Amino acid sequence: MKALASLFATVGRSTLAMCAAIGQVAIFCSITLSHVIRPPFYIREFLSALLTIGYFSLPVVGLTTLFTGGALALQIYSGGSRFNAEAVVPQIIAIGIVRELGPVLTGLMVAGRVSASIAAEVGTMKVTEQIDALVTLSVNPMKYLAVPRVLAATVALPMLAAVGNVIGIMGGYLVGVARLDFSAAVYLRNSWNFLEAADIYSGLVKAAVFGFIVALMGCYHGMSSDRGASGVGRATTNAVVSSSILILASNYLLTELFF
Amino acid sequence: MIELRDVRKAFGKNNVLRGVDVKVARGESLVIIGGSGTGKSVMLKCVLGLVRPDSGTILLDGKDIRLAKGDEYLARFGMLFQNAALFDSLNVWQNVAFRLLRGPSKRPKRKAREIALEKLRRVGLGPETADLYPSELSGGMRKRVGLARAIATEPEIIFFDEPTTGLDPIMAGVINDLIREIVKEMGATAITITHDMASVRAIADMVAMLHAGVIKWIGPVREMDTAPDPFLRQFIEGNAEGPIKALR
Repeated sequence: MKALASLFATVGRSTLAMCAAIGQVAIFCSITLSHVIRPPFYIREFLSALLTIGYFSLPVVGLTTLFTGGALALQIYSGGSRFNAEAVVPQIIAIGIVRELGPVLTGLMVAGRVSASIAAEVGTMKVTEQIDALVTLSVNPMKYLAVPRVLAATVALPMLAAVGNVIGIMGGYLVGVARLDFSAAVYLRNSWNFLEAADIYSGLVKAAVFGFIVALMGCYHGMSSDRGASGVGRATTNAVVSSSILILASNYLLTELFF
Repeated sequence: MIELRDVRKAFGKNNVLRGVDVKVARGESLVIIGGSGTGKSVMLKCVLGLVRPDSGTILLDGKDIRLAKGDEYLARFGMLFQNAALFDSLNVWQNVAFRLLRGPSKRPKRKAREIALEKLRRVGLGPETADLYPSELSGGMRKRVGLARAIATEPEIIFFDEPTTGLDPIMAGVINDLIREIVKEMGATAITITHDMASVRAIADMVAMLHAGVIKWIGPVREMDTAPDPFLRQFIEGNAEGPIKALR
């Protein structure tokens, strides 16, 4: 009986903690959005965040999608050959990368790189009283720290995903032409002709949502960081884990929406 | 000028402030002493609006600070944080001129840099430090830059949170003297919180002893050494035995 009560207490505590966390994230999100439309705007911080989140993530996104495109070409060829459909490799790679893998891989890689770095930076600012210092210097930390990063990530991710899409398709193209004996011209024509505008748009919209999630989670966990190095470490881990899960969950919901 | 009336604040079950009453006159330098965790920093944060008291009133020039406009209110304050709280991503002069580069006090970049260099000179730092980053500074230099940032817009009220913590005695003496000189020459009202009795003697006009969330003793610094209050005596003499229980 006691063990049962303890089990219910544990489940209850976890449920309440989860509800509290969802509520806190929702409040944080609404405060961030309310500051997006109200001046002052910190353009320099936005551009700096755009450079860090967007430009400096290009290598990691490029390499990830390049290798994924290549591996996908081999897998689809191998699977397709079982029912004599090897020729669909360019089309399946194009649609798979543009609608799904490009934005999701970009989101996950940026979650690992950027969400962690935002949480660590903002968390360190919190524990070293730099956020309190911002307030005493008449600067709203949400406006100065959260808004530029969230906006920059929302703008940067679709651009990164677009670049990732092209590189991913080129990864498939390189393997298709060099290893699977596809004709270069036919491969490119099949990839391009098969894609519709909606495939591209839906992928880019997903990427924008993932960008918003990545930066929001980084800022939220950074600003909620506990004192000390372990507090910042926990904030960083939580930022990466929560943004990755939210990216995958929202990916399913968005896919249902665009289906 | 600043008055706290029965200010109370609890974090969960921890009652940090249990009814603080204190008054600071214009141009006066009040030093608040007390052990770690007695609520000194929370008290300053309540005045700055960083922490909202559970009850009680804080008045600035006789007006309740809850009615004050955030930016205009905060523009009257400067603060030197315990570890200086310099922004790592900005260099020294940009830290000092932070308020001069944005918001209502915004000036052209060149003018803001000029003012920052002047404030750095005032705290004993040459122009060669202006383009360094906080990670390249020693503890004493960080405090000086924090002090320069606190006085950059010549605020009416300056708060110092443990200004000599982590400094060697000579550097602590230099920072104490600087604080005293700057507060005097600006005619600013100052509230300092510290454990360092050398700081108290160098900086204070008035001293208040905070213990267990209430002011146990308040009076002019010259009366501090002769005051009979047992809490104050134990603190300034650094005795392990006395009414303040210390964990061993």
